[in-house]
Amino acid sequence: MIEALFTYEFLQNAFFSGLIIGVIAPMLGLFIVVRRLALIADALSHVSLAGIAGSLYLSQQVLFFAGLNPIYLGMAAAVGGSLLIERLRRIYRNFEELAIPIILSAGIGFGAIFISLAKGFGSDLVGYLFGSVSAVSRQDLLVVSILAVGVFAFIYLFYKELFTLSFDADYSQASGIKGRGIQMFFMVLTALVIGASMRIVGILLVSSLMTLPVAAAIQVAKSFKSAMLLSILFGEISVVTGLFAAYHLDIAPGGTIVVTAIVILLLVLMGKRFTGQSTVRRKGEVL
Amino acid sequence: MQESLVKLTDVTFNYGNSSVLKDITLTVKPGEFWALIGPNGSGKSTLIKILLGLLKPNKGSVELLGEPISSVSHKERVGYVSQKSNSFNSGFPATVLEVVRSGLTKKTGLFKRFSKADTEAALNALLEVDMKEFADRNIGELSGGQQQRVFIARALAAKPELLIMDEPTVGVDQQNSASFYSMLEKLNRDNGIAIILVSHEIDLVTDLASHVACLNRTMHFHGGRRDFAKLNDNDLSRWYGHSVRLVHQKEGDTSND
Repeated sequence: MIEALFTYEFLQNAFFSGLIIGVIAPMLGLFIVVRRLALIADALSHVSLAGIAGSLYLSQQVLFFAGLNPIYLGMAAAVGGSLLIERLRRIYRNFEELAIPIILSAGIGFGAIFISLAKGFGSDLVGYLFGSVSAVSRQDLLVVSILAVGVFAFIYLFYKELFTLSFDADYSQASGIKGRGIQMFFMVLTALVIGASMRIVGILLVSSLMTLPVAAAIQVAKSFKSAMLLSILFGEISVVTGLFAAYHLDIAPGGTIVVTAIVILLLVLMGKRFTGQSTVRRKGEVL
Repeated sequence: MQESLVKLTDVTFNYGNSSVLKDITLTVKPGEFWALIGPNGSGKSTLIKILLGLLKPNKGSVELLGEPISSVSHKERVGYVSQKSNSFNSGFPATVLEVVRSGLTKKTGLFKRFSKADTEAALNALLEVDMKEFADRNIGELSGGQQQRVFIARALAAKPELLIMDEPTVGVDQQNSASFYSMLEKLNRDNGIAIILVSHEIDLVTDLASHVACLNRTMHFHGGRRDFAKLNDNDLSRWYGHSVRLVHQKEGDTSND
């Protein structure tokens, strides 16, 4: 694949997009997982399915949409979904998690309607569902790169606020941290990353790249900083291995990337068992 | 230094149609140690939320650090330890130092990273609560009592003038709870930090505190410990709505009111 990587532009697009997504998806995923909101990524990816399906359907009906990259409507739908989730979490203050199945169902519902109306999309939709090495364009790579700059800047500038909010939301509110705007911006960025990642990993598997590397990292990390670095490392290994496997076996990269992430998680769990570390944290001595 | 750290005047708060607090007036001055007691559902936690600015009263005025609560410019001068600290996610991948340093988030300000001086301040706060050697340990590995000390250190990191604690010893055993309270007494005495402590352990906290406020929807008593000690169990039982008997553990102590 390395030789081909220098030769074919589509491979370069897929590889570099993958490398970038392998960093930013687990980076955002860590903040999502520690707040016990892992399913938000799933809900947003299903909402982006509705956007993609809508765009593909409209491309059959309206000339303007025929020339539009469906990823944009997918990203817009995901952003809309993220804002709705935040609104619903405030409405159902005592049942915050309810916002996730509501938006997830809405995403699948609208997606199914658009797919039915268009009488199916064939290989196009399969590419969006499970990812595709050949489908990533130079424009997609550019979108992912711009997003990555935004994510890095956001995490760098608001790291301490995001940590405080994630660890103890009540405390951060009481100490006067303006968390609402930061949380809203975080959700929008997450939605954009999910929308932009689906070309590589696929709608059905994009949330896995946000959660599986983090699930492995928090098993071994002692500090938040090390959890972030390990999440990124596991994410990168999954993406690179997955892309190589997908290219050589000629299968969807979403599957190979996610299976690699699962193998890493299993290895970490087995490694902990082998070294005698319990998955349940030990309690320290009493005061 | 301002005249009062907290000034509540005729504060009334309702949840829908049900009255939770009625005409509450209370002033807390620098260096005072207030014990806020009352039965379950008496409005203690609501009062704490009001004076932190998390809830808005239906009537009355609230001043914190000499400013109206809606426009407090330096909220980091108030440290807060919530009731819920005991039920935080113990699997959270963070070291004790990272947690304590997060107490400086507001003070450090937006768009700025923590400096070496911030890390030093966090380590000093850990030293205050005898937890410095645990700085690199994972927060989930500590016992409940140790975790509460870490949360006190987080509140102390920004060098507050006032520490507000809402039932901080829930889930901590009696021995650790006593050790925790003596640490609070030391912080109040040696560092001059004013404390408002909500607790159900009436005997213990009324022996420690310089002032006592007894709340059950309305303020039944607020004043110095000496005056509180003169009250009989019948008064307390009437205010609590059930039989209450006080057993003082430091009979010789006097109030400084």
